[in-house]
Amino acid sequence: METAEKTLDEILTLAAAHFKVPREKLSPDEDFFKALGIDSLQTLDLLTKLENHFRVELPDYELQGVTDFRTLAARIQARL
Amino acid sequence: MGEKQFKGQALSWQVQGGVIELALHRAPCNELGSLSLAELEQFASALDNLEKNAHALIIHSELKPGFCAGADLRELYEQSQAMETSKAVQGVRDFLERIHRVLNRIDAASLTTIAAVHGVTFGGGFELALVCDLIIADKMARFCFPELRLGLIPGFGGIPRLKRDVGNAVVRDLLLTGRSFNATKAQQIGLVSQVVAEGEALRAARATTAQIGKFDRQTAVVAKQFIKPVPLDELRKEIDMFCELFSRPAVQAGLKKFVESTEAQPYLP
Repeated sequence: METAEKTLDEILTLAAAHFKVPREKLSPDEDFFKALGIDSLQTLDLLTKLENHFRVELPDYELQGVTDFRTLAARIQARL
Repeated sequence: MGEKQFKGQALSWQVQGGVIELALHRAPCNELGSLSLAELEQFASALDNLEKNAHALIIHSELKPGFCAGADLRELYEQSQAMETSKAVQGVRDFLERIHRVLNRIDAASLTTIAAVHGVTFGGGFELALVCDLIIADKMARFCFPELRLGLIPGFGGIPRLKRDVGNAVVRDLLLTGRSFNATKAQQIGLVSQVVAEGEALRAARATTAQIGKFDRQTAVVAKQFIKPVPLDELRKEIDMFCELFSRPAVQAGLKKFVESTEAQPYLP
């Protein structure tokens, strides 16, 4: 069972690598759309990356309105 | 260029070693509008000759965002705004009749057909993939029927064809929630035959066509006809239902909202 902090850390690392953003420039409470500079199609990419990495299903509507990494981590944590 | 090779604005095809490769390349993500439909109709006409000397067809996208994001909703919205409702509904019906003829033709082709998909495979794009005998997906592919957000049902044969391939509960889940599935989930429910690494779907599809080419063609055709009937009655019913729904003001409001949306997930209501 992963801890919430570990989940958050893995999300930040994964997002930084996938969207080629320096890891140190991402912080947990930051708006990830702005931090990663991603559009709607790239948001789907991120969703798929996270599902594949954590081996979970994340229904799109559960992430609607989620904009920061910490809340995203909590949603994933709830399905681990 | 003859029928063996075609390069259009929305798609291209070529034939090599008995395999037809149909490549989609209309930015941003192969939205299916009047231009794509006209070129798909050219392909469907060419199929009569192409399939005489081929055993397989691969449909794939050359664009990074994905296989196909579905119907061109901007074009649909702009065209329907420019005319009164009854004419707009008739226009939609004509478009659906034409695209159904093309998709039914590919569905029943005497070839083994493969959709090699990646990224966004939504709405009409998902419906195009469902026409094929096999779907090979890279692990970043996502499937979705978001039509209910617009007050519509899928219009390019989605429900009858999805119902042909998977259980009714899965159809209801995709349709009634509008959520998207990844490739792994799509394989678990029996929709996708192979999941491969990122960027590998076309290569895997080509390898599969090489295997398919070893079989007696007539036997493969008989097997396909036996196991994969085209659900013509339900497809006809779908066009009627779609047109009935399309005449409501809620649809215009849904289209407007989508076209003007700056949301990260515009396919959600």
